[in-house]
Amino acid sequence: MARVAGIFGGGVFILSHLTALNRGMTPAIELINIDKRFGAVHANNNVSIAIAAGTIHGIIGENGAGKSTLMSILFGFYQADKGECRLRGKPEKIKSSTDAIALGIGMVHQHFMLVEPFTVLENIILGAEGGALIGPALDKARAALKHLADEYELDVDPDAIVGELPVGLQQRVEILKALYKGAEVLILDEPTGVLTPAEADHLFRILKQLRDQGKTIILITHKLREIMAITDRVSVMRRGEVVAEFDTSKTNVGELAEAMVGRRVLLRVEKTRAKPGNVVLDVRHLTWRDKKNIARVDDVSFNVRKGEIVGIAGVSGNGQSELLDVITGIAKASSGEVIFKDQPVGIKDSPAELRKRGLAHVPEDRHHRGLISTFTAAESAILGYQSNPALGKGFRLNRDAVVAQSLKQMQEFDVRPADPHLKSAKFSGGNQQKIILAREIGSNPDLLIVGQPTRGVDIGAIEFIHRRLIELRDQGKAILLVSVELDEIRSLSDRILVMFAGRVMGERPPSADERELGLLMAGVGKEAA
Amino acid sequence: MIKSLLSAAAISTLMISAAFADGKGPAIVFDIGGKFDKSFNESMFNGAEKFKKESGTDYGQFEIANEAQREQAIRNFADKGYSPIIAAGFAQADAVTKVAKDFPGTKFAIVDAVVDLPNVESIVFKEQEGSYLVGMMAAKASKTGTVGFVGGMDIPLIRRFGCGYVQGVKAVNKDDKVSQNMVGDTGAAWNDPVKAGEITKGQMAKGADVVYAAAGGSGLGVLQAMADAKKLSIGVDANQNYVHPGSVLTSMVKHVDVAVYNTMKAGDAGFQPGVHALGLKEGGVDYAMDDNNKALVSDDMKKAVETAKADIISGKTEVHDYMADSKCPVE
Amino acid sequence: MSTRSDLPAWVDIGLIPALNLVIAFIMAGLVVLIIGENPIKALAILLGEPLFSLQGWCNILYYATNFIFTGLCVSVAFHAGLFNIGGEGQAYVAGLGAATPGLILGGALASILPNALSQPITLLICLIGSFIVGGLWGLFPGYLQAKRGSHIVITTIMLNFIAASLMQYMINRVYRPTGNQAVESRAINDAYIWNLREIGNLFGAKLPSTPLTPVIFIALLAAFAVWYLLWRTKLGYEIRTVGANQEAAIYAGISPPRIIMITMMISGGVAGLLAFHEVLGPQHKLLLEYVQGAGFVGIAVALMGRSHPVGIVLAALLFGLLSEGGTQLSFEIQSISKDLVVVIQGLVVLFMGALEQAFHPLLQKFFRQES
Repeated sequence: MARVAGIFGGGVFILSHLTALNRGMTPAIELINIDKRFGAVHANNNVSIAIAAGTIHGIIGENGAGKSTLMSILFGFYQADKGECRLRGKPEKIKSSTDAIALGIGMVHQHFMLVEPFTVLENIILGAEGGALIGPALDKARAALKHLADEYELDVDPDAIVGELPVGLQQRVEILKALYKGAEVLILDEPTGVLTPAEADHLFRILKQLRDQGKTIILITHKLREIMAITDRVSVMRRGEVVAEFDTSKTNVGELAEAMVGRRVLLRVEKTRAKPGNVVLDVRHLTWRDKKNIARVDDVSFNVRKGEIVGIAGVSGNGQSELLDVITGIAKASSGEVIFKDQPVGIKDSPAELRKRGLAHVPEDRHHRGLISTFTAAESAILGYQSNPALGKGFRLNRDAVVAQSLKQMQEFDVRPADPHLKSAKFSGGNQQKIILAREIGSNPDLLIVGQPTRGVDIGAIEFIHRRLIELRDQGKAILLVSVELDEIRSLSDRILVMFAGRVMGERPPSADERELGLLMAGVGKEAA
Repeated sequence: MIKSLLSAAAISTLMISAAFADGKGPAIVFDIGGKFDKSFNESMFNGAEKFKKESGTDYGQFEIANEAQREQAIRNFADKGYSPIIAAGFAQADAVTKVAKDFPGTKFAIVDAVVDLPNVESIVFKEQEGSYLVGMMAAKASKTGTVGFVGGMDIPLIRRFGCGYVQGVKAVNKDDKVSQNMVGDTGAAWNDPVKAGEITKGQMAKGADVVYAAAGGSGLGVLQAMADAKKLSIGVDANQNYVHPGSVLTSMVKHVDVAVYNTMKAGDAGFQPGVHALGLKEGGVDYAMDDNNKALVSDDMKKAVETAKADIISGKTEVHDYMADSKCPVE
Repeated sequence: MSTRSDLPAWVDIGLIPALNLVIAFIMAGLVVLIIGENPIKALAILLGEPLFSLQGWCNILYYATNFIFTGLCVSVAFHAGLFNIGGEGQAYVAGLGAATPGLILGGALASILPNALSQPITLLICLIGSFIVGGLWGLFPGYLQAKRGSHIVITTIMLNFIAASLMQYMINRVYRPTGNQAVESRAINDAYIWNLREIGNLFGAKLPSTPLTPVIFIALLAAFAVWYLLWRTKLGYEIRTVGANQEAAIYAGISPPRIIMITMMISGGVAGLLAFHEVLGPQHKLLLEYVQGAGFVGIAVALMGRSHPVGIVLAALLFGLLSEGGTQLSFEIQSISKDLVVVIQGLVVLFMGALEQAFHPLLQKFFRQES
């Protein structure tokens, strides 16, 4: 029953509409012919989606496909240039999030909208205080919270400070917030990005219960696995259009990926066995303490050899970022040592020094570290290498050399558009990542440290990036990979280390059972390295 | 409107090149403190207003906001064809010198300083003579034998006031003490009544019961402090007897208003370059008597002052000028 | 300043400033109307007097010289993410660096070298001196920011006050010749920058009297140098990186404290060039308050010029026009006092700077419908 409908245009609307009617009920939400432009970018092109009440509806698509824009229109953050929104068959004008909430729409954002120093209860009544005194509202919320917790497995201590809760629980607070305000329709934007596999499973259980109680859930994601796991129906978006719609039970991952990218994709990376050589990076009993003297990296030891990829798995925030900072010279170790190419990394070795010695670094956070969004691509493409004499003699920076080098790298890494003068922020996530990767690989390093290489990167680019990393390995370079995507770690790494609470919980081969790795990620392990 | 703009442009271009026989009339540049300082600048303003009322001729005026504007202001008036241009205060001497050199056809006048150029009239006052008289009055009115002097900015000109004053005090009673202070070192000292008031209170604590303020706008603080303490003060430049009737013993008036009036009235035609030193004889300085201070000045006091005034005019008494040798014979 | 607009470029850099300027003039006109003067006449003087005479243009360029220096001072710091409010103080203290070589060295050089040689050498030393002293006065808050975390806005404001007191003390106690009544140094004749009129006299040309000096070319050169520094050197790249994103800078191996200190040194130094211009040019002596608020105008100039040297030169010309026109206004219409002129200039700053984006949404709507 799959319909790849890019060429049919409005056909999708009619067909999906019919589907809803076939079920004999008015759809909870209908978005009809929504059109939205941002300057030259056509973010939503005549998009129509109908979402049946009491279902989990997935919206999938690469970065920049228009998923978030569409949901922002539904939630009142943006106004559509054309088209209309219908709720339970009734046309509605949603001008702000306040309107949306009043209409029973709730949204759980990718980045939580919580006041961290407040308690759970205080966060939940935020925007629904109802009067000058908050006492009565708090009491009411406490009762309601207990009720919700019983009904949907949503237990949270109402008096806990939100900032001190783990991410999974913070997300639960967001869901509770929406439900407390009477949401019948719940939109979740990339909800599993910050969760451990176990936490994600728990979230899915909650979502299924909510659906069974009659709530309608819209799940925005780029993870095909999640779509397959819990949705009833899925819409695929590409370049601002809905290109296909499927009943989840009647499709498969390959078909979805093809619809998303518009061509066949290889989901698994082909690679040969690694041929490890000498040790390039040796980390010995490394500890790094933060300002509160808490060991965020706690007695970590491991090594990386030539010609292998060592992957560090773990839920985000378990010391991986700090570990990378210490190894790359951004932060100074509290104790222990890092030996790079048989020489210890000293206190005086700045990131610039280490770069000169052959250590390249693709940072975890592309936007805050990897490049500078207000700079042109060419300028971002020399970040960290600005004092390279090839780019200009003495104090001068030779503009032409910078642009030429950038253009060469762009062509080599298939960056689109290959325009060195375009502002870095204007590139898609995948292309930004390619610019960074090109820069770091282009320096011909002995060791490449890669953090979250494919976060927020579309499938097509993921494939490309993964292939480049394997190629680099096969050239005999050492690669240290950190990723929260367990799939990525498993498919690329030759050895896997799992980090939890700053410690290495253990080393496993890539063939290790996913359940076993998941347990290590959650801090349950028999051994401590 | 474009037309009028163009003609305005034409006029201003003309003004640059032409000499200004047929100028726009007189102009005056006030110094820091502004024309409503109840003292030096205001006195000049009053003279200019008197001229305006009598002649029906308007005059250009400008109050400078900071030290660097002086030359610009004077130059601007000269550019526009004003003449004579009167500059208030010694601080403008340098600016007048420069501009007067550039505009030999324009007449300038400067008060309280000497600029030696053929197109500049320098009006200076023998403040030591008037200060001598009010010094005598202070000594006669004092019950404690200690009097005070609060100067504005510490410059030779103000020391000249102080020196004349001390001479007057000592002439009455050789053993009287004079407590002397300056408000500050810069132009701001002319405009800081609060600090001047504090200084005055300090002098009162040392026993001074009559204090002479020669501090421009800051002097108001002196007058206020003495009035609050129900003691006597002496005003300066303009007649300040009215400021606190019954507390201001007298004022050492410096007739800058008359000087300004005369210069404006003479205009370009009657302009007289050179140094004009105005003392008691010329009516340039004096002590002020009116209804506000009649009750404070005894007949004996008045008689003594009048005698001294006559002696100075006749040359029988000579008051030492501090600025002649930067020294004062008495302390 | 980032580009946050999806409007056509000509609207962003042409129409919006023009619209803001018109509104500012209308508001200023209302103020003039309230005090009972003819706003059309006032506007004619404000714009006409400076724009339709050679002298007016010369004076505009004179003011612009100062504003370019202070505008560049603010913008250099801004590119490193620093808001340097201390241009006023930096330019003021730099007077010591400008005047001292002229007073001490100038005479000595003049006695051993012909005038044609001693003057330029002395001037060059004065130029370097004013840059260094202004730079040191900028380096100090830079050091406090970089090493101690004291916020640069606070420290530069405080240093403005300290500069005022210091200069009052120095000029009064050190530079004022004994017996001189005015608080100023003696005339600096051994490092004398000729104004346009004096230069014209050499060639027998009769030029209007104006404080304009050839230092305007140094200002333009400084604008070019700042552009070159920021966009054509490695240091400039590092400055802009620190300003755009400190975390990325650290990642790239750039030390933000080091860049902050260097940038503040340059920023203060450029402001210091104002002292070279004003002390040795129009004033020919070290005196009180010669900066005349140009340091603060520089902030508005940099904001309006979008921190780009070309924009700064243009904005400096606009503020030069307003300063000259405002002065003319207070001379021509006696009831418009110097304070009211400040009000009018303030309105322009308000609409051009602070409310710059006020019409942005409106225009955005308009142009979206168009397209």
